[in-house]
Amino acid sequence: MRKIHILMALSLLLPACGHQENAAQSQNDASFESKLEQRLLDAKPGSVIDIPAGHYTLKRGLSLRTNGVTIRGAGMDKTVLSFKGQIVGPEGLLVNADDFTIENLAIEDTMGDALKINQGRNITIHGLRIEWTDGPKSTNGAYGLYPVKTQNVLVEDSVVIGASDAGIYVGQSNTIVVRRNRAEQNVAGIEIENSVNADVYDNTATKNTGGILVFNMPNLSQAGHATRVFHNKVFANNTANFARKGAAVASVPAGSGVVVNSNDKVEIFDNDVADNQTANVIISSYFSTNYYNKLGVAADYNPYPKGIYVYSNRFKGGGNSPDGLALKTLKAAVYGINGSFPDVLWDGYVDPKDQASSPSPDDRICIQDANGVLDADGPHGYKNPTTDTKPFQCSLPKLPPVALNPEPKV
Amino acid sequence: MSIKMWVRGWILLIALANLTACQHGMQPVAFHDDGYPSKLSDWHVVEARDGMLQMNQGVVPYELNTPLFTDYAHKLRTIWMPKSTSAKYNPTDTFDFPVGTIISKTFFYPLPKDGARHATDVARTYDTSRDFAGPGQGLELANIHLIETRLLVRRKDGWVAIPYVWNADQTDAMLARTGDVQALTLVGDDGERENFNYVVPDQSQCVSCHAHDWTTRALQPIGPKARHLNRSYPYADGDENELVHLTRVGYLTGAPAPADAPRNANWMDTHASFDARARAYLDINCGHCHNPKGAANTTGLTLDISTPEDRHIGICKPPTAAGQGTGDHLFDIVPGHPDDSIVPYRLGSAEPGTMMPEIGRSTVHKEGLALIKAWIAAQSGDCVVLH
Repeated sequence: MRKIHILMALSLLLPACGHQENAAQSQNDASFESKLEQRLLDAKPGSVIDIPAGHYTLKRGLSLRTNGVTIRGAGMDKTVLSFKGQIVGPEGLLVNADDFTIENLAIEDTMGDALKINQGRNITIHGLRIEWTDGPKSTNGAYGLYPVKTQNVLVEDSVVIGASDAGIYVGQSNTIVVRRNRAEQNVAGIEIENSVNADVYDNTATKNTGGILVFNMPNLSQAGHATRVFHNKVFANNTANFARKGAAVASVPAGSGVVVNSNDKVEIFDNDVADNQTANVIISSYFSTNYYNKLGVAADYNPYPKGIYVYSNRFKGGGNSPDGLALKTLKAAVYGINGSFPDVLWDGYVDPKDQASSPSPDDRICIQDANGVLDADGPHGYKNPTTDTKPFQCSLPKLPPVALNPEPKV
Repeated sequence: MSIKMWVRGWILLIALANLTACQHGMQPVAFHDDGYPSKLSDWHVVEARDGMLQMNQGVVPYELNTPLFTDYAHKLRTIWMPKSTSAKYNPTDTFDFPVGTIISKTFFYPLPKDGARHATDVARTYDTSRDFAGPGQGLELANIHLIETRLLVRRKDGWVAIPYVWNADQTDAMLARTGDVQALTLVGDDGERENFNYVVPDQSQCVSCHAHDWTTRALQPIGPKARHLNRSYPYADGDENELVHLTRVGYLTGAPAPADAPRNANWMDTHASFDARARAYLDINCGHCHNPKGAANTTGLTLDISTPEDRHIGICKPPTAAGQGTGDHLFDIVPGHPDDSIVPYRLGSAEPGTMMPEIGRSTVHKEGLALIKAWIAAQSGDCVVLH
């Protein structure tokens, strides 16, 4: 009884402390941190940095700049690098190197991105757990696994939980395989952005705001195309959007399954997509993000999704409770208060070039095996939505599988 | 006597002086072409002697028109080159320095003026009048607290960054490849106190800023560029333009007259335009990453001096990967509306993950932030969203 009283008294005291001081780092952790940093500095091509099982608290972000290094833990639940109370960041680990492999460890609670790989070839990420342990919060780091400007990238068998932007985010990269991962409670579960030749398969994306996203943003080094999203489980991605406004993913309505925005040549097939309450599949243009403006967007940017092919998916539920007043009103207007959006929602923006003459066959949006498509008429504020599926009854040439070269050795 | 002969004679005189006498009893500067010597004094570039941080013979101090902000630290920058070698001038990029060049940057704080103070108190001030023992001379140790000295050494295979942290006795600085964190308190001229962690970057973080190109990953000094050095410095023998001085002592070849060389504004110079001051500030604080080849070329935002004043510098530009760093703002810069713009929001944060620059500071540079806000407030244009 007395114990309970003390606990209660303590719990009353805690909030009164106001600004939370950074947790003190133990001597052991401090010495681990500086030794690990030293090993990263001294690494040579071929070095394997083994990190034994243990829970380590780090105060400063790590970085690696040597080619050909492997970082290996004892398991995603055994070797834990915790950055709770981090004072120097922003990442947990920043890598600027080729031929990099990281496997079997966890990175928790980084202030910024957990693992950022900026410029590098032949990147293998295997069996990591990235987690913000307080659950979805807008103050969580932005990206979990974040290869950007990389070539020949494999992200597999990993788990990412709680990223305030995208759990797995491959940006401005080429030749990418993302497979057998689990993304949960992120704003975007998995996002492929401005990337070329990506295969995303055998992943599970659930409880995110949006499950799997394929986006093209303006002003970047390359426009993305050729992504295949197949044999994934994308269900119940209904978590309220907790990204801060301004982030590209802040525009994603809660309850989005697979979202294509402004990207080209995207093939979505053989997925189980269920119970995403805005829509199981959304195909949209950059105009719908509400960031398009004349001064800030490069003139050569193409905001129209072209060559999108959705077929042979197994859809279930979803579309019954879209996010935001505009979409709720649209749903009620077309399908009634108790109705649901169909499996595929398209915002209806068409390249003016294609409006005059019909688009070249390969630029069409083709949808098969879905219970319907809604053209939401975004350009006119959803005034004249249409449900005619005829324009989408077509097929497109299939994309070739992505072949990593060289094949990773894991 | 032609100017060329006169310069040669001058160099000869310096060389002779080098042979005959050591500066302040210091050994000649030692260039180590390999490894990481354990003490700063192993290099004999700057040394704590006789109550001063002395610069050795041939070690030339310099300043930048607008410097990088580092938690209000003051800095002593020096450059040394082996005899008969010189850097080649470049109008836009870092000068091409010869193998053997040693650049040093010592970070220190003036001590607060009040008598009663804690050992970790340092002054937050722009007043440098108590720092130096005299024109062209070293630092007055009684008035300052030395934190760290970073060396950039030009070896055969390229530049290497080596951090040293000053000991408590302020007698020497020790190799600190994994950096350091020191809890300090800034004491303002008005007595205002601010606790912060002074962070000495680790060797890998040095590369974060000094690798101008993240594909080649080669290190470069950032400061020694024409536009930063085109200014006057109070040398022992009088004030002189730094480009002229470096040329005169034989450290620089190919420099035009200062009037024909580019020059960044001094960010504090109220006679210069907001535009010139803000661009100089962004150039030195952000441009090493935010340039077409740098670490931040993933963002589409470039902030170096050559960037046109349009979406490239952030006007109405939607962020790419800012994450929580947007602060709920939609665009990097909204002309006329600094409080709706992401750039000042991130400059005004000291939280890793939100703040920019990402490393190199733990406090907010209030005066720098005020400048950037004023610059944006004076801009016109709008970011009307199209549908």
